Amino acid sequence: MKSRFLAGPYIAWMAIFTVVPLGMVVYFAFTDNSGAFTFANLTYAWEYWPVLLRSVWYAVAACLICLVVGYPVAYVIAQSTASVQRVLYLLVTLPMCMSFLLRTLAWVALLRDTGLINSFLGLFGIGPAPLIRNSGSVIMGMVYNYLPYMIMPLYTVIAKLDPRLIEAAQDLGCGSFQTFRRVVLPLSVPGIVSGITMVFVPAVSTFYISQKLGGTEDIMIGDIIERQFKGNLNQNLGAAMSLILMVLVFISIGLMNRFTDDEEVATI
Amino acid sequence: MKKVVSVVLVFVLAFSLAALSGCGSSDQVTLNVYNWGINIADGPEGGVDYIDVVEKFMEKYPDIHVNYTTYEDNESLYTRLKNGGVSYDVIIPSDYMIARMIREDMLLPLDFENIPNYELVDEQFKNQPYDPENQYSVPYTWGTVGIIYNTKYVDEADIGGWDLLWNERYAGKILMFSNPRDAFAIAQARLGYSFNTEDPDELQAAADLLMEQKPLVQQYVMDQIYDAMGNEEAWIAPYYAGDCMLMMQDNPDLAFYLPEEESFNTFIDAMCIPSCAENKAEAELFINFICEPEISGGNMDYIGYGTPVSAAKEYMDPEMAASEIAYPDAETLERGEAFGALSDEAQKLMDNLFDEVKAGLDMAG
Repeated sequence: MKSRFLAGPYIAWMAIFTVVPLGMVVYFAFTDNSGAFTFANLTYAWEYWPVLLRSVWYAVAACLICLVVGYPVAYVIAQSTASVQRVLYLLVTLPMCMSFLLRTLAWVALLRDTGLINSFLGLFGIGPAPLIRNSGSVIMGMVYNYLPYMIMPLYTVIAKLDPRLIEAAQDLGCGSFQTFRRVVLPLSVPGIVSGITMVFVPAVSTFYISQKLGGTEDIMIGDIIERQFKGNLNQNLGAAMSLILMVLVFISIGLMNRFTDDEEVATI
Repeated sequence: MKKVVSVVLVFVLAFSLAALSGCGSSDQVTLNVYNWGINIADGPEGGVDYIDVVEKFMEKYPDIHVNYTTYEDNESLYTRLKNGGVSYDVIIPSDYMIARMIREDMLLPLDFENIPNYELVDEQFKNQPYDPENQYSVPYTWGTVGIIYNTKYVDEADIGGWDLLWNERYAGKILMFSNPRDAFAIAQARLGYSFNTEDPDELQAAADLLMEQKPLVQQYVMDQIYDAMGNEEAWIAPYYAGDCMLMMQDNPDLAFYLPEEESFNTFIDAMCIPSCAENKAEAELFINFICEPEISGGNMDYIGYGTPVSAAKEYMDPEMAASEIAYPDAETLERGEAFGALSDEAQKLMDNLFDEVKAGLDMAG
């Protein structure tokens, strides 16, 4: 009873700042300027499906790269001694201490045609290499920014694995690869699922990274939504696009959670 | 117990701080001035001793503290005011946005008794179509939109018209306006349409032309142009003449031209007081101060636009006052066209079309 009471402030917070705004998004999506009911926003917003598709594809690519890069890192951290773990964990979270806008701008200074890397290559008469303003640079920017969100839940899950399970697998004749594939990997699925969720959701709705690191062909749905609220003052259309994006994210999370069956999804 | 004491102490401290800051502001008025980015002289730069307009104002009126912030374009300013929850005392929108704001009751009529320097404003800048009876605005600057390019990379044979922005030779090195009104105007100039057309077919044709340009465009920008043109990441961009002069000071390889035959946008940015203002009298004091010839002259020396107060030219750097970029001759200005406010429908259509261009949606086909 007491614990329920303690959760009260959070529930109130959620209700006021999450549930009510969600309701407003739905309301705006289905109304026009004067408040009359309409489907026009949604049908028009749907015309942007190629942009939506591109956003999803960039986010999926960023997720997979984060997983491939992040998993070994999380594994190494989890296997280290306690003091080394603290240092490595700090290193992973360190970039998050700085504004992600600044970090993204720093990449622009590195990658652009007149940037550090291309100027260096220029000394040897190479380039300028097309490092910026393509889909690769946008996905790279997302991986760079969201990687910690993949590593953290993975690390939490792997660190909690019972070492006796691994010993048992080895006693029973598993090689190190088989131990990993048959014991460690299946047991870290909850971490993988929450890592993917935590990377996919912000990545699919990214807007700043694509503006800075992408070319004119790399615009994402987040950029279009931002424009509706910041420039065009068309909240109804912006809300309709957000609603479509939200439904898409819910479906993806739902699909992801099916992989974990009844297992608990790890949280940090 | 210790904990309780420290918590109490924290609260005491917080309250006393709040009380202190309250005291400080009670005899000092905070004036919120909201201007375009890089649109006021703010002290020495690059070895030139520019004035600091805000600093000078606060020296003259020690009771007023100016809180100076900036916006990116007219549309951001409009959205910000429309969404509410903010308070600005002085804003400096462009002509067409002033007309829209007057139409939507977003501006307060000015008390010209408090702005005696209004008499110094040249007649040609008074009673403009955007504010026919001149009740709501006092001109801040006027200027033109042309093309800035880098002479190191751009062939002189290619310059002269807006078509440079569609020249495939410079693919990936061309910048374009990120706001719909300025971007459409360039396409409309090429097509020979008025910048104020509301004809959906003409707007669609302009959008098609922008779509055609898109593969050549490196980025859609506003003030980021300073960075991109300055370090030569991009070579060609359309922009406001005053800003172009600033960029040319930093990078001597940059040059500017107005199209030789096609039309181009001429604009007036004017100071207004939005309906959310809390210190109207002080805002009028600020507007009056800006119109003082010495201040206006010193201000224009830095921002490079035309001053609507001719008397200010006396105080300006003579080279600046004689600049053909800031003050094109009358014959050239004949080709200029000012923006008027579009109807809500036409504006919405233009906004949507520009988003479609940026998103690469080919809805016409």
